[in-house]
Amino acid sequence: MTTRVLVPSGVLGLGFDQAALERGVALSPDIICIDGGSTDSGPFSLGAGQSKYSRAATKSEWRSLMQARAQAGVPLVIGTAGTCGTDSTVDWMYDITVELAQELGQSLRIARLYSQQPTARVAEALKAGRIAPLPPAPEIRLDDLTNIVALAGAEQIQAALATGADIVIAGRTTDTATIAALPLSRGDAAGGVWHGAKIAECGALCSTNPTSGVIMVDFDQTGFTVEPLADGARCTPHSVSAHMLYENSDPFRLYEPGGYLDVTGARYAALDDRRVRVEGSSWVPGPYTVKLEGARIAGYQTTILAILRNTHYAQNAQAWVDRLTGFLQAEITTRMSLDPADYGLEFRLIGVNGALGPLENRTGTPVEVGVLGIVTARTQAEAAEIGKLINPFVLHYPLTDDEELPTFAFPYSPATTDRGPLYEFALNHVMALDDPMSAFRLTVTEVTP
Amino acid sequence: MTTLGDLVLKVRSKNAGPFWVTIDVFCDDPAVYDRLTRNLSTDRVAALYRTAPDTLKRFDIPDLRVIKFSLPRPVIQGSASDRDMHGAQYAALLEELAID
Repeated sequence: MTTRVLVPSGVLGLGFDQAALERGVALSPDIICIDGGSTDSGPFSLGAGQSKYSRAATKSEWRSLMQARAQAGVPLVIGTAGTCGTDSTVDWMYDITVELAQELGQSLRIARLYSQQPTARVAEALKAGRIAPLPPAPEIRLDDLTNIVALAGAEQIQAALATGADIVIAGRTTDTATIAALPLSRGDAAGGVWHGAKIAECGALCSTNPTSGVIMVDFDQTGFTVEPLADGARCTPHSVSAHMLYENSDPFRLYEPGGYLDVTGARYAALDDRRVRVEGSSWVPGPYTVKLEGARIAGYQTTILAILRNTHYAQNAQAWVDRLTGFLQAEITTRMSLDPADYGLEFRLIGVNGALGPLENRTGTPVEVGVLGIVTARTQAEAAEIGKLINPFVLHYPLTDDEELPTFAFPYSPATTDRGPLYEFALNHVMALDDPMSAFRLTVTEVTP
Repeated sequence: MTTLGDLVLKVRSKNAGPFWVTIDVFCDDPAVYDRLTRNLSTDRVAALYRTAPDTLKRFDIPDLRVIKFSLPRPVIQGSASDRDMHGAQYAALLEELAID
């Protein structure tokens, strides 16, 4: 059976072409799927359990999609709601959905799929030998993680759809799970389904017009066909096959719960100048494992930024921060009784090697150098105190003892900025499950305006 | 001196999850692809990113005229010493590499 999946964009919150969305609805899709998250912006979202996108942008785009759903009369599914897919961001998305249902006068059945993991469950699985590291995995330590999520696959989304939900708000899922769920349950070819889902998960990124967002994928018994819906956007065998490279460490294999996709044998053919047909990908079943993500607080930060425009200082910036760092460590020990091992103090030279650090292999003569000082301490109060202590020296410290005190450029007052907690990713592991739903839970709610 | 960036269409780097970075070299021209598959050694790329050659994955993909490298991130994404949250600037090193 052919299954037609409409993907409005690669992520909710980045915008899409409204006319293309309407064109998609007119083509009678069987389901509308969109991703809501990623780890790509770093550990903050997962650590804090917050969306990185604004509520306003999320709500205005979700309004369009809820209207499209009502018009098409098919389920609307969001995966990894609220960037990280914790219980808190699923409920955040649910609140937005209920508000919109009232405003739009829609009666809805809403299924929430929760992916967050109680620490005790993961600890038990670890003890039972049901957790395995993926290379390179950090050492597993569960006691201080703020949030742990498991990445749901197609099975959990299928369970949510089986409730008859109009809207599924899923916690953390794999990028592909929401798109793959319905075609798999209707018996479309698994290799083609997972491959097409991977191609579609970033929306129109697999086309010649990446920002237009909207694409349609038709899945069937032998493969899939992908078509971008914006005016002038085209998919070519090259644009589609090249998408397997994107943010993928292995362009031929993609691991999912219960197996992996192998695209070594995939053949890409242009049906016309906009649509591409793909066949020959295979699905290799394996043990049922779900990937885990977790984050913890690794300290609290305060930053300071000074700009060295004086040529002598700009040219000797590294020598300056080396001398300054030694001086400041001694000051912090004297005045705050802290050993350098108790906190972090790092100066990064923007204009010298700010982005690449020790990997940088070019040198030059910068016009000016931004000196970004980053303090990491055990509490925010301690980080702020260190920031205030170092502030006058970052402003005035001399390169040599026998010169007049210099004064550098601070771009704002106060010169220090408290950044709050620093989170770090703490898991790169998989957890084995006997029953796919045993680590996930569903809540179904009827909403009437 | 010819750099890799002078020869190819594009070099792109991105995170592949928080623990890996992946670098795609889009050669476009088949002659450039052939030249790079011969002249760009895995050891040299590993040295550029200061990683052990056996941890660097390499994929030569003739159909796309792409050479892809993946390596464990030198620092985990977002950790205190990370300087490039999205890993997109790692590409610059390969782009500037001199090619025979």
